[in-house]
Amino acid sequence: MDAPHNAPALIEVKNLSISTKTRSLVSNFNLRMQPGDRVGLIGESGSGKSMTASALMGLLPEGVSATGSIHLAGHAGNLVDASDKQWQKIRGKDMTMVFQEPLTALNPLMKVGPQVAEIMTSHKSVPSKSAARSKAVEMLESVKLPDPQRAARAYPHQLSGGQRQRAMLAMALANKPGLLLCDEPTTALDVTVQRQVLDLILESVTELGTGLLFITHDLSVVANVCDRVLVMNNGQVVEEGSTVEVFTNPQHPYTRGLLAASDLNATDEKGRLFTVASAAAYVPPTENEPEPEDLAQLAAVSAEATAGRPVLPLPAGDEPVISVEDLHRRYPVARSTLFGKPSEVHALRGVSFEVAAGQRFGVVGESGSGKSTLLRILAGLDQPTSGSVKVAGNQISGAKERDLIQLRQQLQIVFQDPMGSLDPRMRVRDIIAEPLLAPGQKVDSAKQRKLVAEMLGAVGLPRDAAERFPHQFSGGQRQRISIARALICEPRVLVADEPVSALDVSVRAQVLNLLSDLVDDYQLTLVFVSHDLGVVRHLCDNVVVMNNGQIVESGSTEQIYDNPQHDYTRTLVNSSMSLRNELSLR
Amino acid sequence: MGIRLLINLVRFVVTYVIATVAVFLFMRAIPGDPAQIALGVNATPELLAKTRAEFGTDRPLLVQYFDWALGLPFGDFGTSYITRQDISPLIIDRVQVSLILVILAMIVALAIAIPFGTYAAVKHRNPSGIVVSGISQIGVAIPNFLAGILLVVVFAVGLGWLPANGWTPPGEDFADFASRVILPVLALASVQGAILTRYVRSAVMEVMSEDYLRTARSKGLGKLESLIKHGLRNASIPVLTVTSVQLAALIIGAVVIERVFVIPGLGSMLLDAVGNRDLLTVQSVVMVLVAITLIINLMVDVLYTVLDPRIRKGA
Repeated sequence: MDAPHNAPALIEVKNLSISTKTRSLVSNFNLRMQPGDRVGLIGESGSGKSMTASALMGLLPEGVSATGSIHLAGHAGNLVDASDKQWQKIRGKDMTMVFQEPLTALNPLMKVGPQVAEIMTSHKSVPSKSAARSKAVEMLESVKLPDPQRAARAYPHQLSGGQRQRAMLAMALANKPGLLLCDEPTTALDVTVQRQVLDLILESVTELGTGLLFITHDLSVVANVCDRVLVMNNGQVVEEGSTVEVFTNPQHPYTRGLLAASDLNATDEKGRLFTVASAAAYVPPTENEPEPEDLAQLAAVSAEATAGRPVLPLPAGDEPVISVEDLHRRYPVARSTLFGKPSEVHALRGVSFEVAAGQRFGVVGESGSGKSTLLRILAGLDQPTSGSVKVAGNQISGAKERDLIQLRQQLQIVFQDPMGSLDPRMRVRDIIAEPLLAPGQKVDSAKQRKLVAEMLGAVGLPRDAAERFPHQFSGGQRQRISIARALICEPRVLVADEPVSALDVSVRAQVLNLLSDLVDDYQLTLVFVSHDLGVVRHLCDNVVVMNNGQIVESGSTEQIYDNPQHDYTRTLVNSSMSLRNELSLR
Repeated sequence: MGIRLLINLVRFVVTYVIATVAVFLFMRAIPGDPAQIALGVNATPELLAKTRAEFGTDRPLLVQYFDWALGLPFGDFGTSYITRQDISPLIIDRVQVSLILVILAMIVALAIAIPFGTYAAVKHRNPSGIVVSGISQIGVAIPNFLAGILLVVVFAVGLGWLPANGWTPPGEDFADFASRVILPVLALASVQGAILTRYVRSAVMEVMSEDYLRTARSKGLGKLESLIKHGLRNASIPVLTVTSVQLAALIIGAVVIERVFVIPGLGSMLLDAVGNRDLLTVQSVVMVLVAITLIINLMVDVLYTVLDPRIRKGA
């Protein structure tokens, strides 16, 4: 960033504007990178960051065009006007890209080795096909895939998500490109894998002197990886500077709002997260916060957060709202041999815990840990193989569907995907009122309308929202509708299954605050399932950590996060990223 | 993979056995005594009884079934009640004709559908692509026999290039066979090709929006190169499904074309047998058709396993 202006730039983008026939998507994008620079491009969905990356690769979709100039070292002329023939020489050789979803980004019918080799043969960077094959294995080894020979012979579906992303990286680095573009490369990965892949990317680009343009919505990832950041909003770069500068002293209100909303360690005086609206009061992290002070501050912050809510000391002998005892769930899997035993997946292996009334109970685990199975059983949507589950006085284990009517009134769920979990052909009014239609309940339509209006008010949606359809709302608003639906029949327990993982950062803070408010107002017991340790830490009093269908550790939030006992918990806590931590570690 | 094949073979045998029972029972449910039909209304009771014994229709149903069903795998279909001739040589003759016709038609149809469907998908925003998919839409709407008659009118009657009808086995006189087979194959393939073009188009369009094609392009492969290297094999899986269904339908669908071009295939044999109330022949032809359909399914399943590694064992 301090390089003299006349030094040869790796890539220089000037006044890049991207638009469709009717709409401008990105305007006046400028970027100058020196070899080896690591630049982060931050933005929320719809900010134009991915479109910018596509333009830089010359891969804009049909009907979208760009103006301005792109100059790449070693290539004469403005690449915005370059023909596809010219681009073909650049893509994969001087500039490569790693995409978000590693499963769909690899050809499912082609072995991994040949897919890595292809990038070398198509640019003739190796003398022969067999040389490309052996180089591909070398590349797979360099991205630390265990047993690279076997990985090269495997099909993409035989590798795990993290392994696939490693293979993508091996492919992208095979021709030693000058510039590597990464578009949310770790968003689809588990926390522990994310950290490993990020470390690998960082290590590889440093070693090869590759320039890195890292596109993400996650500020803590940028703080970890990049020296310089560009913040994009509505197709425009609103702020640019060194990572430390921008994150400690944001100038633009949008950057400040984004920082405030993603900082799960900071709360306002009511113990709520900052949102874009309340960001003015937010104090950005300072550079090189010393570790001890950091921890002390965190402790203060969480004390502050808990101070805001009524602590419910339970009288001894009081019945817990949820009690789970030695829960097992096995699924049969299609047999692979004709006469062999049909194998099975042991999704839950002896899970036991209790949740007291009014508790905010977090369930943390990575994909495949069994947390979704647990949730389905709690909600009466699945039956355990053995063990006992009691929710608000209802025994779920072995219950028939009609015995569960009571449970459905006591326990409601907010699902992860706000688009998929709302019927697109129903009006919001009918969606919210639907839990009231449970058999055995008498509701007159006037009372129903009143209740719906009340719930809409409670979740902060306008009254006229009742007459509209789900597709007319944004992701955050749809999640508010889901919450309204969950609360209308006044349940005692609210189960939230990754309710914010599909939302943008600024919306995430609003929805989390709303959940906090409603849990207090309606005196709910909250079961919050998430892979995101930061979110759980902010919201929950007690946490269980799940791995391989077992609870490996449980305790109060502070205890788990500040003094994890189990190895897995320790890995998980160390792998999860928070903005302040990443910044102080720079 | 071996286990999958074995399971498919077992499924094939079980389905076939169930089909024999069903076909046999349906045919017996049709009213009318075969002996009465063969002899006419004026037959004496003694003659009827003698004919029944000759046909074997006086035996218990179970015995009749096993007598018929156990002969099938060995190509023994029994003797026709009407023509009093052995059915087997006739069927084997006709099957050859039908299979040649249908397989040729399918090859030509795919040769039309794959390039045109891919073209229509790649150029789906351009006028040329829209024209191709428009033509295929018209092709779908034209019935087989109309296409056949049009071809005869133009190439046989009008231009006089090719014979209007008839059949010569390829072993006998290949040039004559070729000249006679072109028009019926074209008639079948034009419609079939139009249908398949639409499926190829939608399969390729779906593949074009896949992430791995974007990856291929980001590696530096050209648009067409990435589509051919990475896209077409992926697109071939849904196309294979449709092709297998269409192939089975085509064998029966060829009935009309066989009539138009006076070709002695299975379809016309079936029609004749139904018209003559030749129960045993109908029964046998239906079973041959069932067997062909099942064999096609079996082959397609093996092909899936070859094409898609995710289906293979250990996935």
